[in-house]
Amino acid sequence: MNRLHRFFRTPEAIAGALILALLIAMALAAPLLFSGDPQAIAGPALLPPFHDWSLPLGTDRLGRDVLAELFHGARTSLAVGLAAAAAALLIGAVIGTLAGFAGGLVDEVLMRITDAFQTVPSFLLALAFVSIVGPSLGVVVAAIALGAWTGPARVARAEVLSIRERDYVAGARVIGMHPLEIAFREVLPNALPPVLALSSVIVAAAILTEAALSFLGLGDPNRVTWGGMIAEGRTVLRTAPFLSIIPGVSLVLTVLGVYLAGEGVVESTAVRRSLS
Amino acid sequence: MTRALRLLCRRLVGSVFVLLIVVIGSFLLLEAAPGDAVDAYIVSTGGDAGMIELLRHRWGLDQSELTRLANYLWALLHLDLGQSVTFSRPIRDVILERLPTTLILMGSATALSFGLGSALGIYAGARPGSFRDRFLSIGSLALYAVPGFWLGLVLIVVFAVDLRWVPIGGIETIASGKTGLAQATDIATHLVLPVSALGFIYLALYLRMMRAGMTEAWRQDFVLAARTRGLPRRRIVLAHVARNALLPLVTMLGLQSAQMLGGSVVIESVFAVPGLGRLAQEAVAGRDTPLLLGIILVSAVLVIVINLAVDLAYAFLDPRVGASEASA
Repeated sequence: MNRLHRFFRTPEAIAGALILALLIAMALAAPLLFSGDPQAIAGPALLPPFHDWSLPLGTDRLGRDVLAELFHGARTSLAVGLAAAAAALLIGAVIGTLAGFAGGLVDEVLMRITDAFQTVPSFLLALAFVSIVGPSLGVVVAAIALGAWTGPARVARAEVLSIRERDYVAGARVIGMHPLEIAFREVLPNALPPVLALSSVIVAAAILTEAALSFLGLGDPNRVTWGGMIAEGRTVLRTAPFLSIIPGVSLVLTVLGVYLAGEGVVESTAVRRSLS
Repeated sequence: MTRALRLLCRRLVGSVFVLLIVVIGSFLLLEAAPGDAVDAYIVSTGGDAGMIELLRHRWGLDQSELTRLANYLWALLHLDLGQSVTFSRPIRDVILERLPTTLILMGSATALSFGLGSALGIYAGARPGSFRDRFLSIGSLALYAVPGFWLGLVLIVVFAVDLRWVPIGGIETIASGKTGLAQATDIATHLVLPVSALGFIYLALYLRMMRAGMTEAWRQDFVLAARTRGLPRRRIVLAHVARNALLPLVTMLGLQSAQMLGGSVVIESVFAVPGLGRLAQEAVAGRDTPLLLGIILVSAVLVIVINLAVDLAYAFLDPRVGASEASA
């Protein structure tokens, strides 16, 4: 309760939490409120917003309900963002722990691989991966995770390097625990907090990357995505700019919400140093 | 100067290993892609099974994976990236043709984001916790949340469609016959929007780093010392606080180069700028995997070179860097 209090102290954190709550509600309610196929034709094409109350946000170039697409798009954005971030954090934590705990040649090889992944622009890597394997939700998640695990790996390694010298690790060694068991049962859980502090940045980046991939036509074709909606709206940018503006504003608010909530969590957990 | 030279040598050795891993990775991706160079060739020219057999043998594609990897490495050592299917030209030539445009775009966007970002960061960090600091912090976070391609579209709607101040896309007016200064101005007006779209996103990063660094620096003893000496506030802010917060930003310049190359893919697509990023999208559209991997390899080399340059600049700016290794 105390921590919750501290989280809701700044207006920024409250705003972030509200945006995220709204987004999650939209994602959960999408199949209930708009049970039909969001990609089905619902009315006349290019109906402007606020003209017909059965289609509040109007329709796109093919006559699809923009509001239904927006709700289902929230689902995709959130699912991909969370799944990709979870995968990246998991891969990063495991590789960072192995590198830091094993040391020597294993450390050297794993860190050079990390360097290599950081050298290649992650968006280009995701682009190449999706275009080679073929676009589907799982592949998009994997492609984004492929470029996002290096940060968590570096943080986990640095943390493990300090933890492995502690007494309880030496104790575990003395009682004959297997080194891998020590690494993953004793060291990894203790190295997690600073790694998890990266999650909001990674979720935000994953949502933006997914949007950019969909914008370039590399999203799952069977799902509505905000990036795909913007790409669709781009073809009628002069006559119907709202088709690009509505999903774009949703993306900005979502990512901002993730950042703000993330900062709130970090500030409420860290001991705040006073200014001045 | 030997200090910088030693640093350079150590970094070069590390870079060779990193590049080798990137090459092996891209080879694996190439192998995973459906179809090979022969399939692509046959699709564009036509031919029978005997011809396929002959070509596979001649191009060494019927050999073991290790031999093929060796062949791939050998070709790369000769700067041979293979043949592009979509362009029917050597990949190296296609990439070299597009590279300058992307470098101009990236360079200008970096200058914009670094210059304006650090200036605003100094403005915000001069008084941590003040209204303007809070405003700029939230504003930069909001800016950082904007997808680059969408910002590009908004800029197009406002400045190219409604106000008609600048052209919608492309790199220069087609067949205008302009040369010299006229051509340079033409290209510059075409690049205003893409550079802004790319630069404004990363501006937030430098602003926030500068501000965070300055907040940290205000607590240091040397700032207190400067205050007790009665130096004017402006001088403390610029020469003492901001100066110490500036160094990490230089490192960020190098780290950010890979991100910016990735960001230029969507920005170049939105504005139809014929650079490396748009080439990547064309490679995806044409299912030209060797071209895409060639772009990735060239980007990796570019990122490594930029980071080496930043490291050298850093060693030049900060005498502590690499000094501890001088005795080793």
